[in-house]
Amino acid sequence: MQPRSRTHRRAADATIRVIMVPAALIGIAVLAWILWEVIVRGVGAITPAFFTELPTPPGMEGGGLGNAILGTALMTLAATVLGAPIGLLAGIFLAEFGPSSRIATAVRFTTNLLMGTPSIIIGIFVYAILVLPIGHFSGWAGAAALATLILPVVMRTTEDMLNLVPDELRESGLALGAPRWRVTLGIIFRAAKTGLVTGVLLAVARVSGETAPLLFTALNSFYWPQSFGEPTANLTVTIFNYAMSPYSDWQQKAWGASLLITVSVLVVAVLARFVIKDRKGRAA
Amino acid sequence: MMAVEERALVQPPSEVATQRPGEIEDAATLPAKVTVRNLNFFYGGQQALYDNSISIPALRVTAVIGPSGCGKSTHIRVYNRIFELYRSHRAEGIVEIDGENVLSPSTDLLKLRKKVGMIFQRPTPFPMSIFDNIAYGVKLHYRASRSEITDRVEDALKRGALWEEVRGKLSEPATALSGGQQQRLCIARAIAVEPELILMDEPCSAIDPVATSKIEDLIEILRDSYTVVLVTHNMQQAARVSDFTAFFYKGHIVEFGATKKIFTNPENRQTEDYITGRFG
Repeated sequence: MQPRSRTHRRAADATIRVIMVPAALIGIAVLAWILWEVIVRGVGAITPAFFTELPTPPGMEGGGLGNAILGTALMTLAATVLGAPIGLLAGIFLAEFGPSSRIATAVRFTTNLLMGTPSIIIGIFVYAILVLPIGHFSGWAGAAALATLILPVVMRTTEDMLNLVPDELRESGLALGAPRWRVTLGIIFRAAKTGLVTGVLLAVARVSGETAPLLFTALNSFYWPQSFGEPTANLTVTIFNYAMSPYSDWQQKAWGASLLITVSVLVVAVLARFVIKDRKGRAA
Repeated sequence: MMAVEERALVQPPSEVATQRPGEIEDAATLPAKVTVRNLNFFYGGQQALYDNSISIPALRVTAVIGPSGCGKSTHIRVYNRIFELYRSHRAEGIVEIDGENVLSPSTDLLKLRKKVGMIFQRPTPFPMSIFDNIAYGVKLHYRASRSEITDRVEDALKRGALWEEVRGKLSEPATALSGGQQQRLCIARAIAVEPELILMDEPCSAIDPVATSKIEDLIEILRDSYTVVLVTHNMQQAARVSDFTAFFYKGHIVEFGATKKIFTNPENRQTEDYITGRFG
């Protein structure tokens, strides 16, 4: 047998490296650029009033986006409360109780479709089933649209995280004479806890930047959110409106809002990372 | 008692002759804890066990040996019906524990598994404190006050030969223990619910020799109060700790008898070839 030449493999290795490194750099550079632009243009808008005051009429300086910040926070919270538990339960079903059943296969398939559905379609869907029958835009409709986006993400990550728990752990729980539900809640859930929390956090981070589903559901408002039954102010639709307005003060506020959302998503993502790290640290 | 010719066919591990002096017992004369009759097992369409029949003597250690994939683990996983976690796994036949067929659909699985504890190949500490690991099963099966549980946990850890090492740190996570300690924790956890039969599925295959010898010492003590079935790929281990040995090959029980006899004077050619290291 002739030894195979190593020159060819070395060349292939070098070529791939030469292609990969710039690709990675481009990816990072674009992100850095976005962050830079958002910070430079938005930081001027960040004042105490930005967080506490209502928007001013067009052309008038001052005011803030306090109502939109609160509205986004409340709707995201409501969406999480609506969507995450259902996602968790469905994920448990997929991973623990009927992994190979027909329902599970069907649910898994539709979950993938739902994850790939453009968020504007979710917005129109909620518009058709909630906004039209009720007759006006509302915070509830917004929360429902966001919950619909959270649901498949949480479902997927829950199933994946539970599948990472070794079967031996299930077996040893069952072998002690524990019923399946107790093993799932008391042992498997605990073992997968950080992963599950991460999944929810990432889903929250994802929807907190969504605009399209809110355009058709919560719309926007210039007032403090009084009840979820009426159109509710939120940051993303505000960015959409303000960025396209001719007033420089509004445009600046749109940049400020962009900065705020970017930073929040970053914080949530880093938090999720931190949770994962904590888990690894403890397992070692 | 059966008289057995002391003619060693092969050189047995040196421990065999010395460690368990005394008579060689006949399994058939001892009360059986488990009686298996014509057990067949299927992984989907593939048969893994063929007409297994065996009587496991009560209050003895029975080793199950044989080459990889011969059905050792599969066999004992029927005793507590743990195989039912997987949909395609199916057992046919009769497995009686104390005269009750555990394969009957009317068997109360929770009760069965309280009676039949199991230790796995890799230690499986629950993601909670050392104390809570042991208390888990106790709370499951008993209505107990806090102090009763504390006593039970301490007792189980003592019987699991782990107490001295963990007494000051019961609230620490069990996953922080070493592999050998984790395995003894699992044994203590099983003991805490007062089983009568303990199944051990290669309990030492993932831990180091020192920890292994501690577990073997522990099995030695356990045999006074429990019936132990020990699956092992380590023949020296079987020879050291067991009273009886069953040799499995390709899903059949080839030979079953007193460990001393199996290791010195096996009746079957395959058994002899296996224990002399000619295959497996």
